[in-house]
Amino acid sequence: MTEPLLVGGGAGFSGDRVDAPIPVVAALARSGRPAAIIFETLAERTLALAQRARSENPGRGYEPQLEAILAPILAECLAHGIRIVGNFGAANPTAAAAAIHRLAAAAGLPAPRIAVVEGDDLLAVAGRDEIARWTTDADFGDGSGIVAANAYLGAREIAQALAAGAEIVVTGRVADPALVLGPVMAHFGWGWDEWDRLAFGTAAGHLLECGAQVTGGYFADPGMKDVPGLDEVGFPIAEIAGDGSMVITKPDGTGGIVSTATVTEQLLYEIHDPARYLTPDVVLDVTEVEIEAAGRDRVRVTGARGRARPDTLKATVCVSGGFLGEAEISYAGPHAAERARLAAGVVRDRLRTRGFPGRMRFDLIGVASVFGDDGGTYWAGLPQAGEDVRLRLAVNHTDRDWVERATREVLSLYCCGPAGGGGVRQSLTPVFHTGSAYVPRERVQATWRFV
Amino acid sequence: MANDTANAGVPLHQVAHARAGDKGDRLNVSVTAYDRRHYPLLLEQVTAERVAALFGHRHAGQVTRYELPRLGALNFVIDGVLEGGVNRSLGLDGHGKTLSFRVLSLEVTLPPEEPGG
Repeated sequence: MTEPLLVGGGAGFSGDRVDAPIPVVAALARSGRPAAIIFETLAERTLALAQRARSENPGRGYEPQLEAILAPILAECLAHGIRIVGNFGAANPTAAAAAIHRLAAAAGLPAPRIAVVEGDDLLAVAGRDEIARWTTDADFGDGSGIVAANAYLGAREIAQALAAGAEIVVTGRVADPALVLGPVMAHFGWGWDEWDRLAFGTAAGHLLECGAQVTGGYFADPGMKDVPGLDEVGFPIAEIAGDGSMVITKPDGTGGIVSTATVTEQLLYEIHDPARYLTPDVVLDVTEVEIEAAGRDRVRVTGARGRARPDTLKATVCVSGGFLGEAEISYAGPHAAERARLAAGVVRDRLRTRGFPGRMRFDLIGVASVFGDDGGTYWAGLPQAGEDVRLRLAVNHTDRDWVERATREVLSLYCCGPAGGGGVRQSLTPVFHTGSAYVPRERVQATWRFV
Repeated sequence: MANDTANAGVPLHQVAHARAGDKGDRLNVSVTAYDRRHYPLLLEQVTAERVAALFGHRHAGQVTRYELPRLGALNFVIDGVLEGGVNRSLGLDGHGKTLSFRVLSLEVTLPPEEPGG
């Protein structure tokens, strides 16, 4: 039987810790076994930002942290044959590959064999009006406002590139678990209609794709779920065996914890119907999955089941959503909450009187910062107390001037609002609205090539 | 009955842990019993209706509950609760990541043989 494949999870999102992959790579190298490390760095809106960056500079549009992520580990990965797979190509995998070549050259390394996977960019193959018609959960009109539209590709091109000898595979949008399924399929050589095996590799990918979320990150609750060494939490390693079992673990000497509870939380993360998790390669069913302890920081996972892949590919479509304006001001001491409520009323009345055309919302940080609602009913139903609170205004509109004018209404509370307000901060952020489209497979041509 | 009173009104947080995830304007919250013995309690008391009521002010749409007996867990899928989702929400937590702990604030009644608090 083919020996097991070790796959490390190197990043769970754009902005993850860039020093966390170092002990993972060290552990993979020490093992002496076939190994890969994957990086998931693409959120829904990241691609819209990347498309914009690419349109301003053809050499950009990939993960801004790419060099910071790879510089500490590139040499050791290449020396030990640890394959690197990442969607850090974002809107420009070719430019990302060029950046990696520059990084390798600067470090005095021989030129790595880098493959890019392309074909996720729907704007290259379909009109905006057609993409708008495919979009089912949002109305994007004639599609003229579409900034980015990317299909979630599967694992096949990643696997083919690895089988052809790629040491590094750079993708744009692919289904997150495909980053792991690709190396698994290349290693074991299974068929693309072996649904249970595809489901098994997909489950491994799902467990690894969020980095530390399976090893004690995003888990700690003091006294209830204690996690040692969260400051140095170890990122995950899956030991994937050809018999359909895997062990989730983490590098020795790192913080964090791998337990049945951490693995269960991550298995169900972002899952809707647990019998039907749709991916481009397989429909994953986790209802029969068994999770059992297998030693210190070792958890065995078995029982993933699969059914035939869906006929369509999901895509994320981004349109410009104008600007988000935010402004905050603090009130503390006696009557703080009452003064903050008065301030909210002042701002709301001024914006209404002046015909502000956008959406607005208030939060009272210290009383209700996140459980509330746009209408303010949650906040209104709470006891109106608080000795140190921060009023927050959020507005959204397409017209930047209106958004700035609205947030200035919080600034002007300094001299015109209730007594004792201080610490105003304002910010303005471009917004992309997203929708999901379901694209006929024949409209998407996924390809890979060495660069 | 004194025992029942002592075991009533216990936060779900005491017997289960939870994690939230988002896709668009839809939230899922998994709720897992620390101890498998409490899975029947989750089945009986942590209903879709009670979870929906926690998000009434957010105008949550359909709430679907999936049961995972092998994991001792429930998975709730809550539609339309994220006020447009992460890219449209005006709230600070557009992902709804913090909402797992709103579900854990639900009050449950422990079996009478167990001490409350």
